Amino acid sequence: MIKGKNIIIVGERDGVPGPAIAACVMAAGGNIVFMTTECFV
Amino acid sequence: MAVVVKDCSYVLIHIPSFVRYGSKPFRDIYLNSIPNEQLLAKIYQHTRSYDEAAGYPPNQVFIGNLHPDELNNIKQPWYENPVSPPERKGLFGEILPEDEFYAWIKIADDFDLVWLTPEFTDKIREITLKRPFLVNEDIQKLGTGVSPDKIMSKIEDGSALPLYFGGLIIGSLRRDHDADDSLKAHVLMENLLAKASGAFAMYHLFRRSGITSDKIDFILNCSEEAVGDRYNRGGGSLSKAIGEMCHCVNASGHDIKAFCAAPIHAIIDAASLVSAGVFERVVVVGGGCLAKIGMKYTGHLKHNMPILEDVLGGFAFLIEKDDGLSPVIRLDCVGKHAIGAASSQQEIMTSLVLKPLNKIDAKMLDIDKYATEMHNPEVTLPAGSGNTPLTNYKIMASLAVLQKEIDKGQMNTFVKEKGMPGFSPTQGHIPAAVPFLGHAIEAMKRGEIRNTMFVAKGSLFLGRMSQLSDGMSFLLEKNHSNRQ
Repeated sequence: MIKGKNIIIVGERDGVPGPAIAACVMAAGGNIVFMTTECFV
Repeated sequence: MAVVVKDCSYVLIHIPSFVRYGSKPFRDIYLNSIPNEQLLAKIYQHTRSYDEAAGYPPNQVFIGNLHPDELNNIKQPWYENPVSPPERKGLFGEILPEDEFYAWIKIADDFDLVWLTPEFTDKIREITLKRPFLVNEDIQKLGTGVSPDKIMSKIEDGSALPLYFGGLIIGSLRRDHDADDSLKAHVLMENLLAKASGAFAMYHLFRRSGITSDKIDFILNCSEEAVGDRYNRGGGSLSKAIGEMCHCVNASGHDIKAFCAAPIHAIIDAASLVSAGVFERVVVVGGGCLAKIGMKYTGHLKHNMPILEDVLGGFAFLIEKDDGLSPVIRLDCVGKHAIGAASSQQEIMTSLVLKPLNKIDAKMLDIDKYATEMHNPEVTLPAGSGNTPLTNYKIMASLAVLQKEIDKGQMNTFVKEKGMPGFSPTQGHIPAAVPFLGHAIEAMKRGEIRNTMFVAKGSLFLGRMSQLSDGMSFLLEKNHSNRQ
């Protein structure tokens, strides 16, 4: 599903941060085009 | 050498006229350079009176008149179920009205940045003379005021921002350089408000603890501000500025920067300085954050509710060597989120909770209370920002399940018994676990709890220098001598 796809990652500090999602995407063979983590407080 | 938290103070300052100057409202109001008067009118329609802000149950928890767990028994929305009558004074401090705070702002100003009209100056002088803390030497700094014409001229030429009270312009705050972003009026306003509210918290600390300002050796400021100029943005030191305003003539200090987690860093640093014998008595102080006033206002307007982010927060903690009575900071049980650690919530909480507990052979259930980011969910939920404390307590409960200390079915009990509802204003560093410190000290004195773990996180990635987040934790424990 993710392999070979371009992926935009928006993580959240108190949820799942960007780098954690990125690690999963990379493991699944996705291409990360943008990754950020937001803080809503 | 064991180190204790000898005393603490907590203050709130109601500043409805400054909601327009919070970062989010300010950006929205001045989106097209001309002020959006329609939006301004809407914002003011949703601001609260002093009594409404003072009677708001979470604010009463913050100053110590209610225990956080008591919020579980008050029907939400809390803003429709105020404490009556609204108490200005609390066990740990007080809620200051805006007009009185203007005197603190003017007295904090050493560079004639703030001009107030003669009429308003007379009004606040009269009130301030009847109040504790500020002495004649301070009150003289109010001066006699500046003519409204002169004030308006400064505002109209664009070199000053208007200051309001009750919808009227009562003064101005000017920039101190025509091309330095660090010294523009809005930045100086943020810094002055942090200084004035931090000083107010420190005065309360001195009154509660009975200590005189000349006995303080060192001050660590953990506020969210960036005092400096174009050549040294964020250079500091608000610590010394606050200390000077509080007549701490024998103290020095510096600022601690770690985004929202800074108070935990500062307390651990302060305890380490005392433990090492470098200083005898250290104050950790945090003033309020103007930028975060009205941060979630769009969600509040959308739900037709009051704009709840209308208060600055402030706190101060006195850190000393063991007195045989006050709660002890366990420096052998400090948690950190290391640079090389993974960023998932499970890894962060493992670093901040499990690893320090392992150091002292303690289990998660050995801790009576956990304090985490104590953001008031009534502020954040309407804006779609979630319930931060509840999320963190659920993660902690999950960790306890993984550790086989509880069953999955006991998670809600863990959250209720070990946690608490959020009650702090969303002022970044202010909610960072430490709002519970005063309550923890009191509960330990009453023998209700043995210990509390303070856990806070910081969003370093917001500064765009690293994708890392941050976090620190420490354990506060009932004094062993006292227990004996």
